Amino acid sequence: MEKCWQEKGNYHTCYSGAINTNRHKIKMEFSPIILSSLSLLSLLFAAIVVPLVISSQRLLIAISFSLTAVASLLAVAAGCWVVGSGLINKLILPLGLPNLPFHLRLDPLSGFFLTVIGLLGFFVSIYSIGYVKGFLGKRSVTPLVIFYSLFMASMFLVVLADDAFFFLISWEVMALASYFLVMFEDEKTENRRAAFLYLVVAHVGAIAILLSFGVMAGLATGFETFNGYTFDAMREAKFSSGWATVAFFLAFFGFAAKAGVVPLHVWLPEAHPVAPSNVSALMSGVMLKTAIYGIIRITFDLIHVFPWWWGAIVLFLGLISTVMGVLYALMQHDLKRLLAYHSVENIGIILIGIGLAMIFTSFNLPILAALALIAGLYHTLNHAMFKGLLFMGAGAVLHATKERNMEEMGGLIHKMPWTAALFLIGCISISALPPFNGFVSEWLTFQAFLLTPALPNALLNLLIPLGAALLALAAALAAACFVKAYGVTFLGHWRGHHNPPSAPPFMKGGKGGVEVDWFMRIGMILPAIACLGLGVFPTFFIQWMDIIPEQLLGSKIAASAGAFGWMWLTPVSHERASYSGFIVFLGILSVVAVVYLLLHTRRTAVRRAPIWDCGFGKLTNRMQYTATSFSMPIRRIFGFLFNIKEQVRITPPVPPFNKGGGGGLHYHLRVRDRFWNLFYQPVADASFWVSRQFGRLQQGRIHIYLVYSFITIIVLLVFLR
Amino acid sequence: MKTYPLITEILQIVAVLILAPIFIGWIRMVKCWLQGRTSAGLFQPLRDIIKLFYKEVVLAENASWIFRFTPYLVFGVSVLAAAIIPILSTDLSLALTADAIVLVALFAIARFFTALAGMDIGTAFGGMGSSREMMIASLSEPAMLMAIFTVSLVAQSTSLAQIALVIGHGPFILRPSLAFALLAFVLIAIAENGRIPVDNPATHLELTMIHEAMILEYSGRHLALIEWASMMKLFLFASLGIVAFFPWGIGEGSLKDIPIAFVLLIAKLFIAGIVLVLIETGLAKMRIFRVPEFLGSAFLFATLGMLSYFILE
Repeated sequence: MEKCWQEKGNYHTCYSGAINTNRHKIKMEFSPIILSSLSLLSLLFAAIVVPLVISSQRLLIAISFSLTAVASLLAVAAGCWVVGSGLINKLILPLGLPNLPFHLRLDPLSGFFLTVIGLLGFFVSIYSIGYVKGFLGKRSVTPLVIFYSLFMASMFLVVLADDAFFFLISWEVMALASYFLVMFEDEKTENRRAAFLYLVVAHVGAIAILLSFGVMAGLATGFETFNGYTFDAMREAKFSSGWATVAFFLAFFGFAAKAGVVPLHVWLPEAHPVAPSNVSALMSGVMLKTAIYGIIRITFDLIHVFPWWWGAIVLFLGLISTVMGVLYALMQHDLKRLLAYHSVENIGIILIGIGLAMIFTSFNLPILAALALIAGLYHTLNHAMFKGLLFMGAGAVLHATKERNMEEMGGLIHKMPWTAALFLIGCISISALPPFNGFVSEWLTFQAFLLTPALPNALLNLLIPLGAALLALAAALAAACFVKAYGVTFLGHWRGHHNPPSAPPFMKGGKGGVEVDWFMRIGMILPAIACLGLGVFPTFFIQWMDIIPEQLLGSKIAASAGAFGWMWLTPVSHERASYSGFIVFLGILSVVAVVYLLLHTRRTAVRRAPIWDCGFGKLTNRMQYTATSFSMPIRRIFGFLFNIKEQVRITPPVPPFNKGGGGGLHYHLRVRDRFWNLFYQPVADASFWVSRQFGRLQQGRIHIYLVYSFITIIVLLVFLR
Repeated sequence: MKTYPLITEILQIVAVLILAPIFIGWIRMVKCWLQGRTSAGLFQPLRDIIKLFYKEVVLAENASWIFRFTPYLVFGVSVLAAAIIPILSTDLSLALTADAIVLVALFAIARFFTALAGMDIGTAFGGMGSSREMMIASLSEPAMLMAIFTVSLVAQSTSLAQIALVIGHGPFILRPSLAFALLAFVLIAIAENGRIPVDNPATHLELTMIHEAMILEYSGRHLALIEWASMMKLFLFASLGIVAFFPWGIGEGSLKDIPIAFVLLIAKLFIAGIVLVLIETGLAKMRIFRVPEFLGSAFLFATLGMLSYFILE
């Protein structure tokens, strides 16, 4: 099988499993692609049959989300299998347009993304069983169930599709399904507006991808036939550099719009927060990754020869997204919006890895390219885990408090101990702190940066290190942001104006707790374990996914990465750099344990006392630091990047002063995305202007319309005779 | 497993645990002399720590497990860092655990939890300290990475042992890149450890506190651990500077090196303490919003170091 992937076009000789040249007689050998098809079928079953058969909403939730969980597991199995073995499976479906059947292909790259999507899909499905119950009695959950299953199926299909038609169809189904999911609570104007914006951006992106495939298909076999629509044809084609550039940037634009790369990110912080939290977890955690998949597939697999400046542009946009994403996140006080902006940041980090891999590839340094690509892919997996976990945690908070505004929260660690602990793991992971997973991938990205002096280009040598500094800035700001998010939401006292949540209406739990149920807890515990596992045992996962750069770039890093044993990650050599998440974890844990035990050999008193109020009398909960005050220093330093409106209004005191008549200070702060005014407002204004001009055609009188028809016919007769 | 790395490892951890408070004592002593005061002696910080361990712990009513866990974690991280940096010898059994970047991240995790603990009790002071600390950290991190980048250009490695070996064995030449990196590193170390002019470890004035504001509510053994860890952090930053810029004398493969390494370490720290005191007495604490300029210049120096490597070396 090792030879298999090298002969890209000539796959008939080396298949294993289900590919069969005769598509009417698919030999049903058991293979990863059959496994993934089974997963797809069960998702379609959950989407179409189950809602028809089952009328009880409660049962519907249980059955369909269990089905999607099983389907996700099947996909994970298929993905792991194919990545582990390096097989390339193909399947030609007897579906599609006449003579243009749909092609499926499961290679390690798709397998990896299948695993990522499936893994988070599994966790979120379990979580959903508990979470979606919250909607019972308020609205019908049937649309949620249907579109959730369709959404999962379409994400699987996007990474499995092996021709342009099928890819775009799946892409469209994915966009539409997620659109309906964002619209789920459609009585809110905010949701409708966000969903519409999402739909517009998704379709502008889809058009660009369509055009890109058009260019590539046309160049592959000529514009007369349709045979170029398969990815195989594109793979074999030799593109001229000009057309390749056109195809790449069209595709990159389209995928960047989906991934939320700055400046195409504006829809993301609108759409992700308003969706139900389980859907936000999927959208942020894995839907964005399908765009990453698309970029990798098109760049490294379909075009595969490119100049270095493509990579430089990807790297540059990645860096901009990383820094802007985290800075905007810092300004948010809506928990889910904050998380959504962090997706912009993390997509940026992934793109940094991909951009570096592209630069290294174009200078023919495959080992370094493999390192950078692994860093990007590993961050893809990591981000899916911790962002999924964080969105689920935010969902749990929302579920319990009915509140998304952090300024109204606080002290939830006492009310929701499980959610608090699990959310903390997510925060540590996303802040790139060892020994959790986010750190491993950022560390690998830094290593890739540190190896750029090997590039034979002085300009890049001088500029790329500044990129590393930007990444360091973003990592540190992310830590600041999550201290804020966690500190304001879970720590301190309850800040809200209304009373803190207590036992009813949600869930039992003693001591006035509002902890979520076990389905939601398990849905969060599993990704938390994954975060730790991916952080502590990175060598195993890197060895597992090493086949991907081997197939795409012809080089791998496992030989050196694991050269020093499974405990030590040494991406290049142990003399260059090494990291052991396992020892960091064990070391900290054992010192903590030893010190704790030493200090508790004799009984020591612990006294609880009220906080010191400096002798001024009662402190109130409203005196605590808030999210806005926490980020104030950073807002001040980086203020020039935002559109900030700050107002302090002083109302003069009216007598009697002692009883509420004292004047007040009212502080208003509005931080807006500069990109909105810069790029989007002009486009929106222009399109409104154009539609107004067209609107003049509509007079509402029938004879004018008849004149239009008449003129049209005359014109057609004259020109198309 | 060889015994030598293990022995040096243990020796080193013990040395750091004990020397760190003495190093602080030395700094305070020199400061007292310069300011014409009588010092409390070299061992006063050590006595303070021991005293705190015997004191009762008073916890705020609202403190959660994070508040109680943080001192242990911060201490654990410092001990782990002490085991990783090649202070006495480059041949440590845990040397491969972390390179310079991981080490920075280790300190970051301690800071993350300290900041959370500051937010935990729900006082305005705690939040203020956390907010400022995270702001300063996020500005010092890029400068730190740039300094690491410059050093790694020279040493072709980010592994600390390797850096010490390459720079210690290389020809003794004045490299402008390393000089700039050292300058940047000193500024970063001052900011990271909350020394004057960025923060004042001796202050409890509400508007000037940063690190002290976060740990204001700690008492008893918790405070002891936090104080000890922050002493170790200063000590470790000093040793980090020694490893990267003045590694001569760090032991390599045999136990015979250890006494010489130890004496040289004391001598280097002796000088480092004096330099720090001179900086601290010579400067006044700056406004919090001048810190970005301070760290900006650190970043600039580190970048200049990198540029001078590419241009001059």
